[in-house]
Amino acid sequence: MTAAVRTEAWLWLAQRASAAVLAVTVCVHLGTMIWAVQGGLDAAEIVSRLRGHGGWLAFYCSFTIAAAVHAPLGVRAVLREWTPLRTTSVNALSAALALALLALGLRAALAMFAGPGGA
Amino acid sequence: MSRSTIDVSVWRGRREGRFVEYRVPLEDNQTVLDTVTWIQRHADPTLAYRFACRVGMCGSCAMTVNGTPRWTCRTHVQRVLHDGRLEVAPLANLEVIKDLAVDMSTFFDKMARAGGAFEGEAAPGADFAVVAPASPERRAADAAIECIGCGVCYAACDVVAWNPDYLGPAALNRAWSLVNDVRDGARRERLRAVSGDGGCHGCHTQQGCVRHCPKHLDPTASIAGLKRTVARALLKGDL
Repeated sequence: MTAAVRTEAWLWLAQRASAAVLAVTVCVHLGTMIWAVQGGLDAAEIVSRLRGHGGWLAFYCSFTIAAAVHAPLGVRAVLREWTPLRTTSVNALSAALALALLALGLRAALAMFAGPGGA
Repeated sequence: MSRSTIDVSVWRGRREGRFVEYRVPLEDNQTVLDTVTWIQRHADPTLAYRFACRVGMCGSCAMTVNGTPRWTCRTHVQRVLHDGRLEVAPLANLEVIKDLAVDMSTFFDKMARAGGAFEGEAAPGADFAVVAPASPERRAADAAIECIGCGVCYAACDVVAWNPDYLGPAALNRAWSLVNDVRDGARRERLRAVSGDGGCHGCHTQQGCVRHCPKHLDPTASIAGLKRTVARALLKGDL
């Protein structure tokens, strides 16, 4: 019982902490997009900015991890409140979503960093 | 245009029931509770409702007035009339016993479940605890302590409506006033009791409680305080 209370409190804290990271990363991401398309949308320009740049890789990995923590916890809360699913099923679905977001996001970030065949 | 009567629809029955129409004389400074009392005394003595102090202290006369939870003894009819009509129903989110009287036991059970009882830790015969009026804890407790347990916030809370395990704004507000009571010795147990989906973490911050509290309390702020305190206790290993 006490362990369950602590787990729920940790999950709540994880969602708040990831929200704080997302508040920064989403702004940087959107700002960069707006700035980058001023001269037209150009794939080559995007690739040239990201390829081999460790700073951008770290940024997008943080963004991905924060999103993979934050979104599934929100979905978990929604599923618990709005569906008759049992907690075990809700947890499994949320964990699957977390893994999917993490895998897809990290794959994209690594691919942009390393280029074709690099990830 | 001045009017001499008002049309009042009053809920009759339990969960199943219907609204019954009454025409009630309108007086100066008449409250909704006066109106309900007039109906019981002059139109239908079988009407069930609850009240005690009539001056906004006891918290027993709350009802749903024109769709809004209110303390009826301090609600002037003129303020809430809608097209010259009044609709009076029992509080939402609680079982109806009969007509306008609801069963408050769930509400008070949840207050107990949230650790709403003071657990003094001073030894018998100990001197009075000195609590500085300007201390942050005393101010936080002061802001939450005037709750009269009327259940208006509980009826106004959407989270209560869809999650029967949710403790509700009044119980969590009460817990917050005790978390800030430096004389209390059950802090850890109380923080555990108010954690999780049924506790402070279930609050959606929609502030229906704040909007409707007749004492102008801010249970949402109390719940936010509980969230912060639970998080700090968790990080310190005190939860």
